[in-house]
Amino acid sequence: MSNNVIVIAEHFKGQLDDITFEMLGKAKELASALGGQAIAVLMGHGIKDLAGQMGAADKVVYVDDAALADFNPEAYSKTAAEVVKAQGAKVVMTGYTSMGLDVGPGLSVDLDIPMVAYVSEISGDAATSSLYGGKMNVESAVGDSCVISVLAGAFPAEAGKEGGAPDVEEASAPDLSGLKIKFTKLIEPEGGDVDITAQDILVSVGRGIQNEDNLPMMEELAGKLGGEVSCSRPIVDNKWLGKTRQVGKSGLKVKPKIYLAFGISGAPEHIEGMKDAELIIAVNTDENAPIFDYAHYGTTEDLFDLVPAITGKL
Amino acid sequence: MNIIVPIKQVPDLVEELEIDSSGKALDTEWLKYKVNEFDDHALEEALLQKEENGGTVTAIAIDGDDIDKALYAAAAKGADRVIKITGLGDNPSNHEAARAMANAIQGIDYDMIFTGVQAVDDRDGQMAILMAHYLSLPHVSVVTSVEVSGGTATVQKEYSGGVIAEFEVQLPAVMGIQAASETPRYVPVARVRRAMRGTDLEEVSAGDVSVGGSTEVNRMFKPESGQGAEMISGSTEDIASKIVSLIKG
Ligand SMILES: Cc1cc2nc3c(=O)[nH]c(=O)nc-3n(C[C@H](O)[C@H](O)[C@H](O)COP(=O)(O)OP(=O)(O)OC[C@H]3O[C@@H](n4cnc5c(N)ncnc54)[C@H](O)[C@@H]3O)c2cc1C
Ligand SMILES: Nc1ncnc2c1ncn2[C@@H]1O[C@H](COP(=O)(O)O)[C@@H](O)[C@H]1O
Repeated sequence: MSNNVIVIAEHFKGQLDDITFEMLGKAKELASALGGQAIAVLMGHGIKDLAGQMGAADKVVYVDDAALADFNPEAYSKTAAEVVKAQGAKVVMTGYTSMGLDVGPGLSVDLDIPMVAYVSEISGDAATSSLYGGKMNVESAVGDSCVISVLAGAFPAEAGKEGGAPDVEEASAPDLSGLKIKFTKLIEPEGGDVDITAQDILVSVGRGIQNEDNLPMMEELAGKLGGEVSCSRPIVDNKWLGKTRQVGKSGLKVKPKIYLAFGISGAPEHIEGMKDAELIIAVNTDENAPIFDYAHYGTTEDLFDLVPAITGKL
Repeated sequence: MNIIVPIKQVPDLVEELEIDSSGKALDTEWLKYKVNEFDDHALEEALLQKEENGGTVTAIAIDGDDIDKALYAAAAKGADRVIKITGLGDNPSNHEAARAMANAIQGIDYDMIFTGVQAVDDRDGQMAILMAHYLSLPHVSVVTSVEVSGGTATVQKEYSGGVIAEFEVQLPAVMGIQAASETPRYVPVARVRRAMRGTDLEEVSAGDVSVGGSTEVNRMFKPESGQGAEMISGSTEDIASKIVSLIKG
């Protein structure tokens, strides 16, 4: 049985993503404890130079093929399975990211090994998943071999950025002709009316505001504070606010001086986008809401009572 | 277009979650369930496709608490067939559930399978991708738009920062739906009751679901809370004043 720890590297527009370094740092630590190698698998086209940036890895195996030029769920799944099989691994790490989602579970089927998802901690032979919107943790035994999908921000990226000179090895792509999926294009977000990433103060609203008619109250508060309104995903899915206002995994990463969260539960996908704010104040009637694990100050006061009271004092 | 939509009940997170005496699972005694919110989106997208292009929608679920109600609600919204998979134990792993689904839909003629993108209780990977690999079908997850023309679907997948990638996918294919193009429709209880009387809820057996093993749960525990936030209490006015002073620094 192999003791290698393999990281499926993610990159976009010629740059390695943070999640890659976050996983690499942890992989290095795990592999040294196991007596195996930390191996990064890099797939793409014209990406060989990125290999040298992954100094925390003992080895980088890259696959260069025109069919891998842009992310493609089918081509990347196929290629990753081949490379992992050839290298052998105890743990295979993928990101719990849009791309990682389309690779991890398939690897588990193709390699016929179990999977542990939403992992925020790995120690020894156990991996801890953050489930139920961040309300419960579940620790699983890693066993002989498994695929782990890692939550963004769970491990420090710095550890994965340490310098070093990994062995760089090229592997050939499997047969990627006749793919059933073709990448066609990227669509960039339309510029919105505001740039929430440039604000000092964000008044952020979640499903707790119940309906669209309650938005003006939040906008008034934001206005008085000289800030802007941002929101969680369901508000955008309901079309109450535009996509450019969404904070989180599939929205924007924000780092304001003050982040006021009203009626936001604090699911991992939301936390990912705002946990680095300087001061986080959360208002949520559920005392067990995960947002309180990340906020500096919190209150269980009903937002419908509290917001007018705050506005009245400004 | 014939579309299959697997649906799943998950614990309602508004309720307090408790751990059972084994220390490894949720105490289900007082647990309230609801349909996974992303399944509402998957079903909505399927119904929109049907309204635009014709075809059928089949909702399928694994037997469990309250699942009949969820299936009847799908019928009330417009699903043509509703199917329940029986013979799996309690809390099957997602790998087993995906296997069972792949077995159960063998006799059905379909072009697309829409699952929800994820569920809050899945510990071992997302079903869309697991199913696709068991069925050797192409898959795209985190999908926010599907447009079909002939045997191909143009599919949009969300990356971070609002960037979208577009793919052309040969059908049949599996998609993990993040958001439907319209807000999921609501159906009044009276219509669900009517559907209960007028709908044939089909049952199929799970078949062989042996898969390459799953990991053992060591323990379930609540994340340390209160470690983060300093909680502010008092009258509404007191709390408001404290927050204003924090903001003003
Ligand atoms: C691939 C993927 C990407 C995602 N990307 C994002 C993303 O970018 N951003 C994002 O936010 N989510 C994202 N999500 C969704 C995420 O999982 C959660 O569903 C979402 O963050 C929940 O939003 P919420 O907190 O507003 O709603 P809920 O979880 O429903 O929380 C509402 C909260 O309001 C509180 N509340 C209710 N009434 C009141 C009141 N009167 N006063 C005070 N509090 C009240 C409740 O106690 C509850 O905690 C993503 C999911 C997936 C699968
Ligand atoms: N046990 C199950 N029964 C039916 N559908 C399921 C089941 N598990 C997962 N799904 C489907 O897959 C989606 C994503 O859930 P999951 O894969 O558990 O994250 C759900 O929204 C359902 O559409």
